[in-house]
Amino acid sequence: MTSLTIDDLHWALPGPRLLLNGVNVQVQQGEFVGLIGANGSGKTSLLRCAYRATQPTAGRVSLGGEDLWQRSPRWCAQRIAVVLQEFPEEFGLSVAEVVAMGHTPHKALFDGETAEDRARSAQALEQVGLAEHARRTFATLSGGEKQRVLLARALVQAPELLILDEPTNHLDPRYQLELLQHLRGLGLSILASFHDLNLAAAFCDRLYVIDGGRIVASGTPHQVLTPELLRQVFGVDALVDQHPLHPYPRITWVTRS
Amino acid sequence: MMPVRSPTGLRALLVGLVVLLLASCVMSLAFGPASIPMRNVAQVVAGQLGLDIAGEPGKSQAHIVWLIRAPRVVLGALVGAGLALVGTALQAVTRNPLADPHLLGVSSGAALGAVLVMLYLGEFMGVFSLPLAAFMGAAGSMLLVIAVARRGGRMESDRLLLAGVAVSFVLMALVNVLLYSGDQHAAASVVFWMLGGLGAARWDVIWLPALCVVLVLLALQAMARGLNALMSGEQTAISLGFSGRRLRLQVFICTSLLTGVLVALSGAIGFVGLMVPHMARALVGADNRRLLPVSALLGAIFLVWVDVAARTLIAPEDLPIGIATAALGGLFFIVLLRR
Repeated sequence: MTSLTIDDLHWALPGPRLLLNGVNVQVQQGEFVGLIGANGSGKTSLLRCAYRATQPTAGRVSLGGEDLWQRSPRWCAQRIAVVLQEFPEEFGLSVAEVVAMGHTPHKALFDGETAEDRARSAQALEQVGLAEHARRTFATLSGGEKQRVLLARALVQAPELLILDEPTNHLDPRYQLELLQHLRGLGLSILASFHDLNLAAAFCDRLYVIDGGRIVASGTPHQVLTPELLRQVFGVDALVDQHPLHPYPRITWVTRS
Repeated sequence: MMPVRSPTGLRALLVGLVVLLLASCVMSLAFGPASIPMRNVAQVVAGQLGLDIAGEPGKSQAHIVWLIRAPRVVLGALVGAGLALVGTALQAVTRNPLADPHLLGVSSGAALGAVLVMLYLGEFMGVFSLPLAAFMGAAGSMLLVIAVARRGGRMESDRLLLAGVAVSFVLMALVNVLLYSGDQHAAASVVFWMLGGLGAARWDVIWLPALCVVLVLLALQAMARGLNALMSGEQTAISLGFSGRRLRLQVFICTSLLTGVLVALSGAIGFVGLMVPHMARALVGADNRRLLPVSALLGAIFLVWVDVAARTLIAPEDLPIGIATAALGGLFFIVLLRR
């Protein structure tokens, strides 16, 4: 069953250049889909269209067959959670407070948190390995810990679809692997953008490659990650072979000596 | 000190602050140019509440306490609570810890309205002329700021802050031209008004700020989760199910209108809206659901006592309360910072 469908999406700021040009993306139920592309290729813009932050100029974004723009922001937030590179650092919010924000789309105006809500928050923090940090001030955490707290908030949101903008950006290798393994184990539909192509190859079921606002390739990591495509999209030479231990491709960048 | 974050702790704190506010209101009635013993104050207040305490205060003392000081104390508490609420909400939606109620040009608009009445129009509507003109000026400047800040249906908070500052300067330039070229005696009274004061308080107008403060508190409390989300960033707010643009506009409009009413009744009182939210955050953390009521109560208590200072320091004259809030508040904060 299809979770997210992005259909012939166009988006432009005022001006001649189309920033997204006829993009088609699908995420099946329970599928882990990666989005790769160079800086400025349109990854973040595409993700923003997918969680109803940016209204496309043409085309359709739908979740389970329902057009996001026929639905309220709240309806979307009950079904789509997002892990961003945007950290709530001012004003001294605590880790527990940041995580508890995940309950927001499921709450009416004056509702407080129930014991069950608090248990779910605690469980989500436990899942990302930060249970003992609940009372700390969010701003005092390391970059990796912040990233994991935001993931805990997204989990509390209880989404069908999880969207992540470069989730492994601030993480040490250990936490990169832990986080991605954890995401895989959730069984959620996931759309995530990646900088690190080896991580994308290792964890994604399918990849989309975006270049200049167009999807230029899609398929399994083996189908997509070829030396030709990498040269075309990233302008860099690479060797692609089989990972020595696992059945996914391994990319080695070729540097000129 | 760790902020209070548990529900029971918060409840205890709120009850404590309410008791402190009520006690402050009653005790502050004793202070003023004419010193009135606390016992007589208690008799007057009890008498008004239908209770009876042995002994009868003099008629003039009862008059001073109930008809002159009491509405002033209540107005002080309302203005303090209102400004603190507005500051808290604006700091959250602009994600700027230096945001305050006067940031969006509201006070300079109010000043322009007040100057026009005092120097040129005269009291075209009796005692209500000045507050009404000040409010019209405030609302006008708010609309102007929003119009300047909008671009293609979008309204980012950075642009809004800059638009507020720019509009403020232009309006203040107008005010200063009028003051400079106008009658010097009238100009002095305008300047005195702009420094802030609670002297205009009367029982028959107190319902208006009371209603506005209560309504805005309820509205902001209903938006508190949204304020939390916006405090974390525009994209975060959207991902949690809010339209950042709409929420910000709602907050700007209701806070600007409240500020307009408060400034119209009491002049431009600084510091409260800027600093009280920070003190409240030190007590209960940044979650706006806890912060808003605590901030309002702290602001109320603070302004009640600053007004005591304003009416006793150079008695029988009134010190403009804006001078007192700036001096006392600033010093208090320097002490906090240096501790």
